[in-house]
Amino acid sequence: MVSKLNLNPELIDSARSAARNIAEDVQNFIDKNTTVAVERTVARLMGVDGVDEVEKPLPNVLIDAIKEGGGLSTGAAFWIGNAMVNTGNSPQEIAEKVSAGQIEITKLPIAHEDKIMEAVYKTAQEMVEKIKNNRARRDEYLNTIGEGRKPYLYVIVATGNIYEDVLQAQAAAKQGADIIAVIRTTGQSLLDYVPYGPTTEGFGGTYATQENFKIMRKALDQVGEEVGRYIRLCNYCSGLCMPEIAAMGAIERLDVMLNDALYGILFRDINMQRTFVDQYFSRIINGFAGVIINTGEDNYLTTSDAYEEAHTVLASQFINEQFALKAGLPEEQMGLGHAFEMNPNLENGFLYELAQAQMAREIFPKAPLKYMPPTKFMTGNIFKGHLQDAMFNLISIWTNQGLQLLGMPTEAIHTPHLQDRMLSIENAQYIFNNARSIGDEVEYKKDGIIQKRAQEVLAKAEELLKDIEKEGIFDTIEKGKFGGVKRSFTGGKGLEGVVEKDKKYFNPFIDLMLGGAK
Amino acid sequence: MKSVQKVDLTKIKPYGDTLNDGMVQMSFTLPVPYGDEASEAARQLAAKMGFDEPAVVYSKDLGVGYTYFVMYGKCSHTVDYTSIEVPKVSMEFMEREEVEEYIAENIKRDVVIVGACTGTDAHTVGIDAIMNMKGFDGHFGLERYKGIDAINMGSQVSNEELIAKAIESKADAILVSQVVTQKDVHVANLTELVEMIEAEALRDKLILVCGGPRISHDLAQELGYDAGFGSGSYANHVASFVVKQIVEKNLI
Ligand code: B12
Repeated sequence: MVSKLNLNPELIDSARSAARNIAEDVQNFIDKNTTVAVERTVARLMGVDGVDEVEKPLPNVLIDAIKEGGGLSTGAAFWIGNAMVNTGNSPQEIAEKVSAGQIEITKLPIAHEDKIMEAVYKTAQEMVEKIKNNRARRDEYLNTIGEGRKPYLYVIVATGNIYEDVLQAQAAAKQGADIIAVIRTTGQSLLDYVPYGPTTEGFGGTYATQENFKIMRKALDQVGEEVGRYIRLCNYCSGLCMPEIAAMGAIERLDVMLNDALYGILFRDINMQRTFVDQYFSRIINGFAGVIINTGEDNYLTTSDAYEEAHTVLASQFINEQFALKAGLPEEQMGLGHAFEMNPNLENGFLYELAQAQMAREIFPKAPLKYMPPTKFMTGNIFKGHLQDAMFNLISIWTNQGLQLLGMPTEAIHTPHLQDRMLSIENAQYIFNNARSIGDEVEYKKDGIIQKRAQEVLAKAEELLKDIEKEGIFDTIEKGKFGGVKRSFTGGKGLEGVVEKDKKYFNPFIDLMLGGAK
Repeated sequence: MKSVQKVDLTKIKPYGDTLNDGMVQMSFTLPVPYGDEASEAARQLAAKMGFDEPAVVYSKDLGVGYTYFVMYGKCSHTVDYTSIEVPKVSMEFMEREEVEEYIAENIKRDVVIVGACTGTDAHTVGIDAIMNMKGFDGHFGLERYKGIDAINMGSQVSNEELIAKAIESKADAILVSQVVTQKDVHVANLTELVEMIEAEALRDKLILVCGGPRISHDLAQELGYDAGFGSGSYANHVASFVVKQIVEKNLI
């Protein structure tokens, strides 16, 4: 592809190689450690589900028991497998017995390694098949009823009540939405467990539970068949339960997942060691399940200036790309994030936004880029807001973005009302249709404002990446280079859930899922 | 030629293009299927809201059996503008330098202010705008003020932690930010803080202020706070209020 921005390919290569080294460095750390969330995920993938009489999820009950017995560093698979060999029970029955105090999982006699492996892999393989089938089911839908054209129209529902969400989601699908994201309730990312069952109470969003996933999946399949378009379902695989939510999503055939360690570190104060380890496993699962991930670069621009800090977004996209590749997630599933967040009073702001979006398109040609709407400079003036969203939509069709998170005119006021979504979808459909081929027709002036801006942002991103390469990502975050937020290596939430792996440690799902279906 | 009619401030109503035409534009959704009956329902509803000549100028099927309307109507009600009273932080706000002088002259020690965005709320930009050095929109934050020791605890801070910090630092004032207001979460959280402070017998020893885009002074007072600050607030507003209250309540 010829660069419309006249970007220097050597700079791109240099930035990418710095990002690769940065990711490699973190990967060395990741490979040595595991977390309670990773092990709960292993338990879930082996079939453990449900809650005890005080609503504590059984995966937590089981992993807490293993942790208390000093066995976490060997991994849940080892202990569950050993218990299976000892008792002949299924993982679910074992979890129930642990919960009832009938067995002490770390005190059972240790069976022969081959026996343990055999039991574990047999069970693990079943789940892997199930997830493969989900993937095939999605492909079948895409091949039969088809899908909307890119950029996909992505809207959120956030009523707090899953049944109300269903109504709003089905309405949005009928109005033209391609992706429905069920926003999580405030505070869920800080829970060190995943709530259970269908839920009807949430604030600013709805709990992510496996049952809620199931309810929404069914509703979207139904409406998808009706409107003749596969409707994708999105949720949030971030926070302290990142990989568990990835697993639940894979089991219930979600299609898109927000998935970004940096977002949790910077905006939820989650410990960086914890969440990098969690992210790795969650991306393996997402990769295997054919889920498009969305990264959270757009958020940096809510706490720092979008014009000044544009290069941090690009730098982070490079890093996220490398982390995703390490987890075997193909480029076609990398919804790298960015946003239209410059101050609307900025002269030529539209040109700078256009430069940024076109640059991301050229540097990550296969990625279904996730483009976020103006939020920070949205106000109670909903009419102007509708125009801001129109400018954003124009750039998206012009630069061929992948996932268009639609802006709502009421962004500054409340989570979307039913009609807000309709107005936003109409806005995007009008502009996408009316300007469909603008990107193929228009070129940019050589050394003009747009080209120069993109070149400058790329140069600054490359410089930043080389700095990070020297310092390491952990130090960089400690210094506050992303989003202007400083976080310490040992601070934040969830560090107590990280342990170093023992020599005997194994996780069958990394083996079975890394690098896609074999 | 007739001159333009004068406004009667005791009986005001909306202005479209002629005084007292009462013109209002509005939009809403009704949970009924698109069609003539839906539009008639919207019209009747607008009439009940007090609009004369209600007109549906646009309606659209939202799917799922709901309909959206854009409407006009002439408002039949009036209000007396001359009798309006709005509870506000009623004071002349000082600029930063004036606040600094005021502290030096009247308080003669550092004023300690602890702030946080509390509960599960993770929005820091508002409280940072008020407290951090850099401030917001060209107005420096409290950290920048001579004579003020500003401690910003960030977001997702529990009420317990906030109170513990206030006690430890011998705070003169607590600033709480609340941005997420869906289903009135902020009300529950703000109320809990006041109750906990009262339980610690600290209420008389502290100036308690809350803020956020959906917070009004009225609401704040109702919940037991000394003041509430909404959108467009700056550090000097809060600082003026706090230092004057310290003197007024004799907390020097
Ligand atoms: C930036 C942003 C975020 C960022 C926050 C980054 C950060 N570190 O702060 C991120 C992306 C993390 C975020 C997350 C969420 N957000 Co948000 N977010 C916004 C956004 C776009 C801007 C808010 C902002 O920064 N405003 C700028 C500041 C300067 O203004 P301000 O907060 O009003 O502060 C001023 C005054 O209010 C006042 N003030 C504020 N606090 C205080 C305190 C005191 C003591 C005083 C004196 C004054 C004062 O002074 C300030 C300066 O004038 C708004 C939409 C919008 N345009 O307003 C949504 C918005 C606030 N978010 C919203 C929601 C729902 C969420 C989520 C819950 C979504 C979810 N389910 O995940 C999560 C929150 C998670 C959580 N645990 O809280 C809703 C809230 C709806 C409601 N009314 O309840 C909004 C309105 C968007 C929407 N339409 O849905 N968000």
